[in-house]
Amino acid sequence: MSTDATAAIVHTLRERFGDKLYCEQPTLTGMPVLWVRREAIVEVLADLRRLSEPFEMLYDLTAVDERMRSHRDGLPAADFSVVYQLLSVSGNRDIMLKVALDERDLSLPTVISVYPNANWYEREVWDMFGIDFAGHPNLRRILMPPTWNGHPLRKDHHARATEFDPYTLTVEGQDKEQDALRFVPEDWGMQRERDGAEFMFLNLGPNHPSAHGAFRVVLQLDGEEVIDCVPDIGYHHRGAEKMGERQSWHSFIPYTDRIDYTGGVMNNLPYVLAVEKLAGIQVTDRAATVRVMMAELFRITSHLLFLGTYLQDLGAMSPVFFTFTDRQKAYHVIEAITGFRMHPAWFRIGGLMQDLPQGWDRIMQEFVNWMPARLKEYERTMMENSLVRDRTRHIAAFDTQNAFDWGITGPNLRATGCDFDLRKKRPYSGYENFDFEVPLGSNGDAFDRGQLRIEEMRQSLRIIQQCIDHMPAGDFKADHPLTTPPPRERMLEHIETLITHFLQVSWGPVLPANESLQMVEATKGINSYYLTSDGSTMSYRTRIRTPSFPNLQQIPALMRGGFVPDLVAHLGSIDFVMADVDR
Amino acid sequence: MDWAMLDNLRPAWLNPTLLATVIAMLEAVAILLVAVLVSAVMTVVERRMLGLWQDRYGPNRVGPFGSLQLIADMLKIFFKEDWIPPFADRTIFLLAPGIAMASLLLSFVIIPITPTLGVADWNIGLLFFLAMGGINVYSVLLGGWSSANKYALIGSMRSSAQTISYEVFMGLSLMGVVATAGSFNLREIVEAQAGLWFVIPQFLGFCTFLIAGFATTHRHPFDQPEAEQELADGYHIEYSSMKFGMFFIGEYVGMLLISALTVTLFFGGWHGPLLPPFVWFALKTGVFLLLFILARAALPRPRYDRVMTFGWIVCLPLTLLNLLVTGAIILLANPA
Repeated sequence: MSTDATAAIVHTLRERFGDKLYCEQPTLTGMPVLWVRREAIVEVLADLRRLSEPFEMLYDLTAVDERMRSHRDGLPAADFSVVYQLLSVSGNRDIMLKVALDERDLSLPTVISVYPNANWYEREVWDMFGIDFAGHPNLRRILMPPTWNGHPLRKDHHARATEFDPYTLTVEGQDKEQDALRFVPEDWGMQRERDGAEFMFLNLGPNHPSAHGAFRVVLQLDGEEVIDCVPDIGYHHRGAEKMGERQSWHSFIPYTDRIDYTGGVMNNLPYVLAVEKLAGIQVTDRAATVRVMMAELFRITSHLLFLGTYLQDLGAMSPVFFTFTDRQKAYHVIEAITGFRMHPAWFRIGGLMQDLPQGWDRIMQEFVNWMPARLKEYERTMMENSLVRDRTRHIAAFDTQNAFDWGITGPNLRATGCDFDLRKKRPYSGYENFDFEVPLGSNGDAFDRGQLRIEEMRQSLRIIQQCIDHMPAGDFKADHPLTTPPPRERMLEHIETLITHFLQVSWGPVLPANESLQMVEATKGINSYYLTSDGSTMSYRTRIRTPSFPNLQQIPALMRGGFVPDLVAHLGSIDFVMADVDR
Repeated sequence: MDWAMLDNLRPAWLNPTLLATVIAMLEAVAILLVAVLVSAVMTVVERRMLGLWQDRYGPNRVGPFGSLQLIADMLKIFFKEDWIPPFADRTIFLLAPGIAMASLLLSFVIIPITPTLGVADWNIGLLFFLAMGGINVYSVLLGGWSSANKYALIGSMRSSAQTISYEVFMGLSLMGVVATAGSFNLREIVEAQAGLWFVIPQFLGFCTFLIAGFATTHRHPFDQPEAEQELADGYHIEYSSMKFGMFFIGEYVGMLLISALTVTLFFGGWHGPLLPPFVWFALKTGVFLLLFILARAALPRPRYDRVMTFGWIVCLPLTLLNLLVTGAIILLANPA
């Protein structure tokens, strides 16, 4: 990222908007953080989208309840702040804008006119914080049930089941909940009939073989043609962000595994990297390389799961069994190294849970040798099959601009031909040391999304091979007071080290007050953790930006005029998991 | 043993005609029972074969090599709650699985298994099969309609459109065979193949008939009406217990029927060297049953509208061409 260019943008903004900008907040997020007056936010965002190297994408939109925060020197007074994070792909830079809000006037204008994908994010902020977005077409709950009272991410909302009366469900209560979920077309501006013929409204989900989890799309059908559709999410919501505020920095790691539950330690990576930024820890080369290796191994298992289910959604029943055989071989390696299979929670603040076991390179090499022939076979039997091509070519296709509009990242963005891979553009954890290519698609259709992931698996295998060949020696934990848990050997040396060890393990490390953010190129797109520390053993605010969420918001824009089987093909080609959407 | 002696023991009321009728009836019942039994066994065979082709075991726990799986499945399906949704149209809902089973099973009567074995020897044999196939559509249509379920409705909509489209050329694809053999009688058609199996002169007819056969039995890749990934089992989504079982076994009866018919019409029926006729018939039929399973293991599912287009744009012209060429050749060979 070019700091000069970024400084120039901030300078231009200052010149143009003058006192509409309050101040620039110093953080560890690696991007300028500007506080903007509420009246100016739409204007500033529109301006940033019009630059010569524009901020094409609203990467994230969230909020923070600032009322309990003790370390906010030099920041504008605020009870709540709304955070807009923009991404410029052309300039490879980010910017974060914040708007301060008073508790008595929790309202600001919607920015849907500038960034269409603000729609769901604003609904989420309304749902979680009760902040109103004036002019929003459909400001209703998105993650919580429609009958919910209160806004969960407010600091005064209870976090645990033990903090309120035991939950009971009566028959009347159940009827009420179900009634609240009944789809009313008029609420979404839909017609019930056209030219005297009624449309069929079909609930696809929340339980449906092709919904990939508890996901519901209500389809407005004319025969089998999709006139319009409304995705409904939130059935898999577990309040991971709220839990982040109630777990120590260390004990939150296992929760990250379960965000994108097919991604394993890939989820740990952005979290521990963000925490390490706060703590100022520089991990060893060995730890960084092992992290890359394991993350890439999980990219392969995730892509294998994708490939099997993608083809199964196209009606081919066999490939999933083959890809699961491959996955099993990968899990054999993962289990040998981490001691666990799907959710190892194996990365630690400052390093890894343990060193690589003896003989790891042999079994890893076996896996790397096994895969290429299989990938070739999948290509020849399936991707070259005319039925597969017929089902996926030019189906649910979108271009790069459309991907920017909806905040699409990762393989689905690259399938449109946009060369944006964080591992190349902003190398982290030592990716700059590896030799690999970034596969690109051209049509951005369901076929390219499938084909591209097969190629990505090949590149991941290349990276793993380089890890096997050149694994650096050294410690698997950084020599830093905030490394958690601290190296055990030193615990017995001195009473001071014993006390430190005891405190870190029982209370957890205390991180300096600041904000940090880390994006990684996860299995499904860009995943990031935006952490706010208030100088405590726990996070003040943990924002998890996941790649699956934007893809679902995009569905209606792509599916209007398609057929039901096209929707199924598209759902299969997105590669999303609901845990990653709902968090 | 002297059969004439035995004849003397026969009571007076049991005249030879009645005896022949009784034997024919028993034979018919036996053939139909065997057809159902084979279909039921096929459900297990399919799962084992899929397992083999998919790099896994399949059901292998009940009995030696999973041989008792069928009994376990039958017990299970019998004891499942036989649920009729309160919103369903009860009478029609009950009728549909019966039609599914009966229409396909009745078609078996026309199949000549060996030179002597077979239920009926009708001159309209092939037409009877096409008629029963037509009736079979109703089972899916009525089942889906009476379930009052949107997925079931879409499934039955797809099914009726698909079956009607494919039946058009299914009938036509067989006319080449009929013209060549000069008869609708299946026994005569088999006998006409003593020298050369019809698959050679009627290759186009064979291809289109097989495709239509897949389509009318709703087998993958033409399983649009049930399309697990799209319609979550489609027309029989509301069925449980034995009513589901009848749809389920009905599908396999359909597979068996199409396989047996393909053998009869194109692969010389019981003809074959060395082995007894019955063995030949069974072996050939088995090959086609496996083909049904293999297609399911190997192919993705085309989109529903493509299936229809394929039927009308590709298959129908091909069958017409086949019929035209066959007719021309016959006319040239036998100038009247």
